[in-house]
Amino acid sequence: MKVAYWPGCVSRGFTPELHGSMAKVAPLLDIELVELDRANCCGAGVIAEHNQELADTLNARTFALAQGVDGAQMMMNICSTCQGAQGECQERLDANAEYREHVNETLAGEGLSYEKGLTNKNFLWLLVEEIGLDELSARVKRPLTDLRVGPFYGCYIVRPRHRLGIDASTPRDHYLERVIDALGGTVTEYAGARKCCGFPIITMNKEASLKQAGRHLGDAIEAQADCLVTPCPLCHLNLDMQQPLAEGIVGRKLGMPVLHLPQLVGLALGLKPAELGLGRHIVKPTAVIDWTSAVVASAA
Amino acid sequence: MAEFTLRLRRFDPESGEGAYWEQHTVQLEEHHSVLEGILQAKAHTDGSIGIRCSCRAAICGSCGVRINGEPGLACNTHLDHAREASIQAGSDGVIVVEPMGNMPVIKDLIVDMDAVHWKKIRRVTPWLINRQPVPEREYIVERESMVDVTQTMACIQCGACVSDCLSMEVDPGFIGPAALAKAYRFVGDPRDDQHFERLNDLADDPLGIYDCTHCFKCVQACPKEVNPMGQIMRLRRLAGSDHDIEDPNNGRRHEQAFTTLVRGYGLLHEAELLPRSYGGDSWFGKFHPAAGKELLASLPVVLKGLIRGKVNPKTAAFGHKLPKPALDAVRAIFDRVEGKGHSTRAERHELNLYVTGYDEDEPDGHAHEGAAPTPGRQGDQQ
Repeated sequence: MKVAYWPGCVSRGFTPELHGSMAKVAPLLDIELVELDRANCCGAGVIAEHNQELADTLNARTFALAQGVDGAQMMMNICSTCQGAQGECQERLDANAEYREHVNETLAGEGLSYEKGLTNKNFLWLLVEEIGLDELSARVKRPLTDLRVGPFYGCYIVRPRHRLGIDASTPRDHYLERVIDALGGTVTEYAGARKCCGFPIITMNKEASLKQAGRHLGDAIEAQADCLVTPCPLCHLNLDMQQPLAEGIVGRKLGMPVLHLPQLVGLALGLKPAELGLGRHIVKPTAVIDWTSAVVASAA
Repeated sequence: MAEFTLRLRRFDPESGEGAYWEQHTVQLEEHHSVLEGILQAKAHTDGSIGIRCSCRAAICGSCGVRINGEPGLACNTHLDHAREASIQAGSDGVIVVEPMGNMPVIKDLIVDMDAVHWKKIRRVTPWLINRQPVPEREYIVERESMVDVTQTMACIQCGACVSDCLSMEVDPGFIGPAALAKAYRFVGDPRDDQHFERLNDLADDPLGIYDCTHCFKCVQACPKEVNPMGQIMRLRRLAGSDHDIEDPNNGRRHEQAFTTLVRGYGLLHEAELLPRSYGGDSWFGKFHPAAGKELLASLPVVLKGLIRGKVNPKTAAFGHKLPKPALDAVRAIFDRVEGKGHSTRAERHELNLYVTGYDEDEPDGHAHEGAAPTPGRQGDQQ
């Protein structure tokens, strides 16, 4: 399937291994990525905090660019925060024709216009709803046997439920568990899966921010997870990049590797850890997980 | 009549024993509430079950509890919905009822609202302050400005948002969602003449508006759609943009730096955001002592990132930028929406769906597959 692909800012900045691994995984799932290389930052909720109309207009621009991609079935993102921040703006744009028209007047300068009703799905949603778990399982070359994986969603992709289209028939807040299972791994349940990583307040209250990250990582250790997996690069920054500082705040050694969702999928689809940029993490998964017995051995 | 099983969290501090679970089976109609289930167990099986309740109509806010792990009003949750939620969560259909979180338990399902919730409400001076002479007759207020505060006035003080607040979980001193939503009720009221003082106080406090971690827990928890996090963001917007309040928590600097960087690059320049949030919103921000201290603390991680190829030195130093025509278009949006300087409240176009609702052509179900707005959300509480 062809999608208008929005990688977000962080996946091309401080977590380039996310963008890189998505590019490697897409062809293995027959996803054609048409990158929105002229689209702008979603604002991550911060621009909306500054000026709501500004955030709505900036995201309407991205949506209009996505709608202009010839033959694309939908827009796809790889960031929980983009999903939530864009979804919030889209809710307002779709709810009110007059407002949409007002925003489109600003976009007219660039010859763009947003039409109500764009479908914008995170890679996680697309995996489950478009590709399907059976199809995903069928493509697994190296089941993640014996790998204990804790899901970490990121707030923006699980709340508020009504805006994100989460209900009993569309349990998007349980998809990570289903994907881990489809890849042959073992889901590890722990308290922090749907809690906040603390990243939004890292510059305002560092201690409270890293206490959140450290606590969830610690809980995952207690639950005997080998690693966490997240669809959110901002969570990844607090959980992986800031993990050494979080250790100091919570006063314990952590050493918990955190994988981006496309990396976990890529491993199961037969890609090598190095191809997926696993060696680039601050807490190297390769140093913690025994890949020879846990994953790589079953590759043959 | 149907049979439901409730698993109640029991705790009696006078017994000297720890908390424990207790199961009760009740016979009630499916549309009856969880509260009615608890009250039947209390009436028929064990009169010592502690639960606070009054109106039974989702008005008084007394019966806040956690049902299957989610905060809500016991009187506002149908038994059949609660059972369904339990099954959906992979459980056995037993309805699990616990006291709310982030507050000490007095007994069973009753928490100490005074120790946490009410104390925080008092913290924000929850009454109108107007030092001007009282008008001869009534205050005359624009209709729009009162409509604007109706959302926060819908709060019934049930504590559901406080129960689930993730900032409060790690930082119990945080003023919290309910009290800050209450603060907006007065900051948004044109009759109150202490807007600056209130905002300055809440921006200055390290446990104030900039301590919210943006987790949407309170938005999800509220049975009255008060959207406490949204009110906190409005307080930040007023403090920063309308009153130019510089806070010691890097709150305004972070927001300004983020916005300036996106205007300058079209994308976020992460490496500049951190020093500017501490040191000020310009290229020179990184040379401010506060930024230097943070950069120094981050140095080991930055070096490790560079060595491992996680962070490209060029991206770290210069950021990534949109191609010129696209960047010009982004800047044109900034100029048109914000004008040359930053906008004030009167100039900002702010759509509040709580007030305006959805266009009539909006279907009841999912409007579109990606992110579906559905008006009304009582069902979410199950």
